[in-house]
Amino acid sequence: MPPLVELKDVYKIYKMGDSEVHALDGISLTINKGEFVAIIGKSGSGKSTCMNIIGCLDVATHGTYKLNGKDISNYTDDELAEVRNKMLGFIFQQYNLLPKLTLLENVALPLLYAGLSDEEQKERALASLEKVGLKEKAKNLPSQLSGGQQQRASIARALAGHPSVILADEPTGALDSRTGREVMNFLQQLHREGNTIVLITHDNSIAAQAERVVRITDGKIVYDGPAEGDEIVSKQEKAGAGE
Amino acid sequence: MAMATIWASKVRSFLTMLGIIIGIAAVIILVSLMGGLTQQLTDMFDDLGTNTIQVAIMSRAETKKVDPDEMYEFLDENKDLFEDVSPNISVSGTIKCGTENESGTATGVSEGYADMKRLTVEQGRFIQYSDIMNISKVCVIGTYQEQNFFGKGNALGQTLKINGTVYTVVGVLEEKEDSTSGSGDDAIYIPYSTAIKMNKNSTVSSYILTAVDEDRITETTAVLKQFLNQKIGDEDYYQVISMKEMIDQMTTMMNSMQTVLVCIAGISLLVGGIGIMNIMLVSVTERTREIGIRKSLGAKQKNIMMQFVIEAGTVSCIGGVIGIIFGSLVSIGAGKLLLDSLIAPSVVSIIVAFTVSVAIGIGFGYLPAKKAAQLNPIDALRYD
Ligand SMILES: Nc1ncnc2c1ncn2[C@@H]1O[C@H](COP(=O)(O)OP(=O)(O)O)[C@@H](O)[C@H]1O
Ligand SMILES: [Mg+2]
Repeated sequence: MPPLVELKDVYKIYKMGDSEVHALDGISLTINKGEFVAIIGKSGSGKSTCMNIIGCLDVATHGTYKLNGKDISNYTDDELAEVRNKMLGFIFQQYNLLPKLTLLENVALPLLYAGLSDEEQKERALASLEKVGLKEKAKNLPSQLSGGQQQRASIARALAGHPSVILADEPTGALDSRTGREVMNFLQQLHREGNTIVLITHDNSIAAQAERVVRITDGKIVYDGPAEGDEIVSKQEKAGAGE
Repeated sequence: MAMATIWASKVRSFLTMLGIIIGIAAVIILVSLMGGLTQQLTDMFDDLGTNTIQVAIMSRAETKKVDPDEMYEFLDENKDLFEDVSPNISVSGTIKCGTENESGTATGVSEGYADMKRLTVEQGRFIQYSDIMNISKVCVIGTYQEQNFFGKGNALGQTLKINGTVYTVVGVLEEKEDSTSGSGDDAIYIPYSTAIKMNKNSTVSSYILTAVDEDRITETTAVLKQFLNQKIGDEDYYQVISMKEMIDQMTTMMNSMQTVLVCIAGISLLVGGIGIMNIMLVSVTERTREIGIRKSLGAKQKNIMMQFVIEAGTVSCIGGVIGIIFGSLVSIGAGKLLLDSLIAPSVVSIIVAFTVSVAIGIGFGYLPAKKAAQLNPIDALRYD
């Protein structure tokens, strides 16, 4: 079985007038099914760019990206949309729920685009909301919920389509530490249930809760291994910054 | 869902619709009012008889004239084209009856005139052939004279004086309008032979003819003109007017006027369409993030396209319906007020107006929708 995510020597280069910004500068990364990977790095290090490429929201400037063994570099806009719909679930820092839709409608959206019938959409969206403990709020608008509840609703939306990979970009970034912990516990539970999770964060203590940590600095991977080993690298970086 | 979005920005949606509403209403109003006006004019001409042809002779010379006898002869030779003819001789002067005395006009006509002009005699009879032969001093009057001089139902057998000559009333016409002076009911008909005598044996300068077939009116008038040319010699000295040709001319004129007006209303529709395009472009920009979220969840280009095209279509469709309702109400109201008749906006114009408004929404919504659909999901997500 091929690895779920396989990045090989991936570059993402933005041209800013005459100068070039290497947001990703030759990244190679493999993630297998069932892993819980945290991608950590300082602001501007290229984490989001990396997640966007893994999430098929963006394409690399060079390098290959195989998702579940298939090279997606030449996919059209619509083909990428289908891949996102079938294989990927996103959790964003800003929740990104549509404010004018109810929670149920929000969670059903990926199922709508998957072409499921109205009843199936409703049934699966409700099941997904139940899983995050928001079944009673199904008819509410996002603005009627707390931040933690909104983030749980966005997790329900990510889960609704039974994706192969769940991508979370700073999911706790907008939450206080207690609700942030709740969300982390929930992600760990999903991991135990067999889901593959890629978590992006700049916070060492959150990254430490993953089983594998990938540290990115200036678009390059500087560490890839168990969470414990990253602490040393993190300290080295701090020391380097202090010089 | 499109409805929800439109409702969420009611004022803006309404302002956007305004162009469409005004355009559609204008088209409906113009088409129905012009239709009503044309109909009314046509009806009016129909009453006068669409197959009538009037001949006016302007020459006074003794050699350049057409006698009634010559006219009847011409008619006999052209039985396939002409139904009937009547001289039309005005005798103006004072009409006196008892103590009543007023200025007025009597018209000298033939026995066929009533049929030609679709006049119905209610009491008594119309002028007869024998009256013409005998140069009888008899007259047929309208209900104005009946009521003014004699009182309703009392006119038959009574006499009145036209320029001092005593005439016996032998018939009263059916009431056409409201029996007032100057209306269609203000009329005195006398035998044309008597009228010629009253006018001191002057020549007959006006005739009315009826054509057999309206559709051959051009040919019919051509034959008539040829005859008059022969008799009078100079085209400047006579005039032939056919009702049918006048109606045709009028209809053509009304139609071209309508086309111009509808084109002007069409410009308003165009402006309305551009308004929709503008507001949709704003809407796409405002909802860039929403589009990004939808695309990240797997929306394909056609899904996003549909969403915006349906929204634009709905806006202009609602605008179209409001415009149709508004336009219909105004047409009915204006029809009552201006033309004093009930104008129903035509079903065709309503269907066309509706189709046009939907097409405008979809047409002008297409470009913004395409722009939305082609947004790069990552740029859209990052947009604030
Ligand atoms: N669309 C873009 N145009 C130009 N530069 C960009 C763009 N997106 C990201 N970058 C640059 O790429 C680098 C990495 O950005 P990002 O992946 O968002 O970092 P992180 O998520 O780790 O904070 C930054 O220096 C950023 O300025
Ligand atoms: Mg980021």
